[in-house]
Formats: sequence, structure tokens, C-alpha cells
Amino acid sequence: MNRELQHRNPVQEDPWSSLKAFTTARIAIGRTGTAIPLKEVLSFKLAHAHARDAVYSRLDTMLIQEQLQPFHIDMLLLHSSVADRQEYLQRPDKGRRLDAHSIETLHTLPISSLQKDVAIIIADGLSATAMNIHTLPLLAQLLPMLKSAGISLSPVCLIEQARVAIGDEAGELLKARMTLVLIGERPGLSAADSMGAYITFNPRIGNTDESRNCISNIRQEGLQYEQAAGKICYLLQEAVRLQLSGVGLKDNYDATARLEG
Amino acid sequence: MAYHHTIHNKTYQFGNLRTLLAKATPFRSGDALAGLAADSYEERVAAQMTLADVPLKTFLQEAIIPYEKDEITRLIIDTHDQSAFAPISHFTVGELRDWLLSDEADPQTLQRLSPGLTPEMVAAVSKLMRNQDLISVAQKCEVVTRFRNTIGLKGHLSVRLQPNHNTDDPKGIAASIIDGLLYGSGDAVIGINPATDSPQTVIRLLQMLDQLRTQFDIPTQSCILCHVTTALEIMHRAPVDLVFQSIGGTERTNSSFGIQLSLLKEAHEAALSLQRGTIGNNVMYFETGQGSALSANAHEGVDQQTCEVRSYAVARQFSPLLVNTVVGFIGPEYLFDGKQIIRAALEDHCCGKLLGLPMGVDICYTNHAEADQDDMDNLLTLLGVAGCNFIMGVPGADDIMLNYQSTSFHDALYVRKVLGLTPAPEFEAWLLRQGILNSKGQLQQVGKMHQLLGYNAGE
Repeated sequence: MNRELQHRNPVQEDPWSSLKAFTTARIAIGRTGTAIPLKEVLSFKLAHAHARDAVYSRLDTMLIQEQLQPFHIDMLLLHSSVADRQEYLQRPDKGRRLDAHSIETLHTLPISSLQKDVAIIIADGLSATAMNIHTLPLLAQLLPMLKSAGISLSPVCLIEQARVAIGDEAGELLKARMTLVLIGERPGLSAADSMGAYITFNPRIGNTDESRNCISNIRQEGLQYEQAAGKICYLLQEAVRLQLSGVGLKDNYDATARLEG
Repeated sequence: MAYHHTIHNKTYQFGNLRTLLAKATPFRSGDALAGLAADSYEERVAAQMTLADVPLKTFLQEAIIPYEKDEITRLIIDTHDQSAFAPISHFTVGELRDWLLSDEADPQTLQRLSPGLTPEMVAAVSKLMRNQDLISVAQKCEVVTRFRNTIGLKGHLSVRLQPNHNTDDPKGIAASIIDGLLYGSGDAVIGINPATDSPQTVIRLLQMLDQLRTQFDIPTQSCILCHVTTALEIMHRAPVDLVFQSIGGTERTNSSFGIQLSLLKEAHEAALSLQRGTIGNNVMYFETGQGSALSANAHEGVDQQTCEVRSYAVARQFSPLLVNTVVGFIGPEYLFDGKQIIRAALEDHCCGKLLGLPMGVDICYTNHAEADQDDMDNLLTLLGVAGCNFIMGVPGADDIMLNYQSTSFHDALYVRKVLGLTPAPEFEAWLLRQGILNSKGQLQQVGKMHQLLGYNAGE
């Protein structure tokens, strides 16, 4: 017999792996001495690597523009006043404001592009990966819904190095009644590609989070595209009806859907 | 009063103590974001040299946030103990640093001194200390607290078992608790961050924890980290051991948390009246963290580390069982990388200990911070050497509800092993009785029939 095979595996398994059925927490992972077994260490590292790669991923504006071509919507490429990712992470204030070139772009738009119902903003946030994956499938559901609801659209803004509140400046310059900011959420170990949607009625620089509605966790294993698009469309219509967004606008979409269904 | 220092031909002016403290602070992203950081390396050292020569008495005369404007300033000034301060009242900040590191500053002396120190004096001296100094001085302080066990004794390290679950599912939470107990964690507290702050959820979880604790006769305490008003509302219907609250170092920060000192006083008195502690009456659990004041737009021009230490004045008013600085949770705009997180944690731990607080640290980071498990290993080891009272225990270091990385049950075992530390004595005895630890303090392989594995949440 091979001598090595006579050695016992130093990894001790925990006799309570059945408890894993109740939680996605990393329980019953076993040990060697007091250390986490290598297999678990590497699986953790991989999840962290995905999250780190997502933080440093770039918004693929070429891809997204190409993908959205069939919808015949105007698109603008804009940039926040942040210089690079390092600055983005340390200066959230700069990520909330457009750079001079972008402001100029919005200032010189024809009147026909202004004063629409909704300005859709596609922002990288903390996971451009999420946006590169989910922008097309979400908009493929959402755009027809908005059209049939008679909601008019400003040119869609693709903004790099952007935070949620950049929608306030863009929306204000576009003279839009509302903004819908679609943005990559902070990656976790369980998901590095989660998209968030923020709705703000009457976008103005200086608006705070209480004035927004948020729909979170849009991804294949989370909130599905059709459901997310339905919620967004519902909230936009309610925001117009109530002339507000934020804490005063309750998300009763599920209840409504059930009543109608 | 104006402060200045000349290096070669350049004179640096610092308009007031608040500015001087900010400029003297080792660099961190949050102070830069607030526009308070030194403009150059030289200016920072000039500020530190200036600060070293400031007499401690100045801190009693020049409030960094006006007395009339801020109830924490009033608390600090009104509760300052002149007789405890007397032995060091002739020191400058620099002399205090040298004295703290001397053999004359022994544990008993430091303990007597504590009520004579203000948060600003402690923040100031910490800004002149290297990491090694922060560890040495903290290591000399022993702060012991009690509820159902004894936390903070020299040679012991406790763990908050943090079994969070994204939907507060009792079975999911119980699974993580069993995992943690069988890994020897849970002596500081079994503490859940609820996903929702609803009273019904909190009551349900408190009942579950209490039932588990009494069924297995575990010498520890439980806590649901809900808002203090929720705890006050339910404590006569539910088994509340510890009352939790996040606190900050300015009145406006605390307003943003929905609290004032009077509310904390009310909660503290109400929790004491429950008389649930068996060997002690430390009934409060506070969490803090550098950057919270700036995040609430309530820093009043004060650097984030000084704000943090001012929050300890709030904590010490209520004799807490546990104070936990959640150091890396806030994100890279406040503490950018492993280096800044490590420095901040050592500062918080040392400053809290000097002010007489039972300091623990949530050794943690988020995925957008420039940090990883290696940084956490470094910090964990440093804090173990510094004599930190407790750390977090999260399954596999991955908190699935709060979406950040902290320390694991395994990490706690590691630091106990390499530094020869043991759990709280009462809890250690329980672990021995349960066959989880052996008499050498090593973790035992338990069988499938261990009684904890027979626990069924919700029955």
C-alpha cells in the first residue's frame, strides 16, 4: 500500500452539516487544528475575488449602446467629476457630480430632448459588472411597459464613476420630472452582480436618500427582471400621481399585482 | 488661542485646538473627505509637535465643540474628576505620552487616572503614539465587567457570537448559534443584528435566545441589536438581557441615531430594574466607529478619531458590559485600506481602555475597501496582544445579512491558541462540561449525539 494513504486526513469534519439546510451562512465548515480547511479558504477567496473584480470593473458603454440599438433611444455618454477608481472610492461627493464636459453636453441638448417624464441613468456604481450583465434584460422588459403607460423618456445617460445622487444633477439639467437611476450595488460575497434601481421625483442637486425609492437585489438569483421592471413602472406612475417619491411613496406593487391577479 | 510651530523658515498656524487635533491625526480618508486633514506630511508633523507642547489643562478651558451647543461637551466638562486629574495636571500632551509608556504608569495608576482624563486629552495623546505605543498602553489597562459571566480579565478573550440571518429565520439563526457554541464562541454575548427592527421580530428572537440559553444553562447573555426605543417598548414583555445602542461623539450624530443622553439614561435604568444579571449589573452594549459623525454630516469640524473618543464619554456614563468599535464597516471613504483600519482599531481600543471602557473590536472590512483576510489576521493578532476584551465570531467570517467580513469562530480559536488566551472563566467551565473544550483548552471533536445538536428552534 502507498505510504501516504496511511496518513489520516488532518481535516476534521463537523458532524452537524445537516444544519446547513437552514442557512447560507458558512457553518459546519470543519477545521484542521484551529484553522479553516483549505477548500473553504479558497472558496471564500474566490467569492472575495469576484467582489473585488466587480468593484474595479468598467462600464462597457460600447456593449450597452450596441445592445440598446434596437430600441431606438437616444443615448449620452457622461462621466462624473471623479478622476479614477481610487478617487471614486474615497470621494463620494465627487461621484455625485458630473464633470464639466458632461454638463456642457446636457446644456447643449435640443429642447426636444428636455422636459420628459423620466430620465433613465445607467451608472456603474460599485459594480459595473452588474450593469454590463443586467442593463439589456431589464430594459427589454421595462421600455415596452413605459411605452404602453405613455411615459416619455429623456435621452438615456450612461455615466461612468457615478454614485446614485448623480441622477439629481443629470435629471435637473434634463428638466426631467423623475429620474430612474440603475446602478451596480456594493458587491457582497454571495453576489457581486446585483443591480439597484432608485426613483427620484423632481430631481434636484442636494436631494437626500429619504426622497428616493429603492428596489434592490436585481439579478438572476434575486429579483427577476420582469418583476423588477413591473415594480419600477408602478412606482414611476405612483410618483407622478402623488407628485412625490421617497418615504411618502409606499411600494404596494405586490399587493396591487395580487389584487389584479 | 492660537497654536503655531516653525520648521525651518515656515510657520504653521493652527487656529484652534479642534483644527490642531485634526491636522495632527495620522492620515485617513475620512478626514480628507471632510476637508480637515493636514495638507502635507510636514504640516502633520508640525501639528503633532505643536500638540505635544499643549498643556493638558488647556483641554479643560478650550472646548472643541461649544458647551452651549452640545450635550456631550457638557457631559465631558460636568463629569470631569479634578482630583483624579491632579497627578497629571502639570503635563503637556507629549509628557503624558512619555509617562503613559513609563513603568510608573502601572495598571492600578491608570485605573485611578481614568475619570480625570477627557476624551479630547486621550484622543490627543493617541495621535502622538505609534501603533506599538497604542498596544503597550492598552495592554496595561484591565477593564472587567459582569452580567452572567466575567469579561475582560487578563489572559482571557471573549467572543460575541453573531449569528445573523437575512430573513431573521429562527432556525437559520439557531444553526449558526450551535455552530458557534461548538467552536467555543459566545461568551461576550450572543448578539443578533435583526434584518428588521419590528418589535414582533425582536420579541420572537429574544424568546428563542432565552429558551436556548436556559435549556443548556449557558453562562452568557443575549442581545438583539435593535434601536433603544424598541428595547424599551418590549422589555416588559420579552427577556431583554442587554440593551443595545449605536452611539456617536456629537449631539447631532446621536440625534441622527434617534437618541439623546436622557433616553439612554431611561433605558439604562429600565434595564437595571429587570435585574437579570446574576453576577453583575453591566447591562448596556454600545457600538461605535470612526466616521459615523461625518456620515451623519454632524462632525462639527472635528476629526473622526476625536469624535469617536468623545462617544466613549457617552458610553462610560452607563457602565456598559461591552463597547464594540465596528472599525471597518463604514467603508473606504472613511478608512481606505488595511493600514488605516488597523491604525484606527488600535486607537479606538487604546483610547477606550484609557477611559475605562470594556473595549471589543469588530475586526472587519467591506468589499470596496482595500483590505482582505490577511489584514484582519494582522489586526486580530495585534489586538490579542493589546488585550482586547472581545471580538466577533461570524460563521466563516462572512456575515450574510450585513454583507461584510468580520472574524470567524476559527479566528477566535487561533488567537486564543497562539497567545494562550482563554474564554471568560464561567463560560470556559461550561465548555469543559459540554465536552467542547478539553482541560488543555483544545477544541474537542463532539459526536453526532451531542445535546446541542438535538436543539430545535421554535419548539
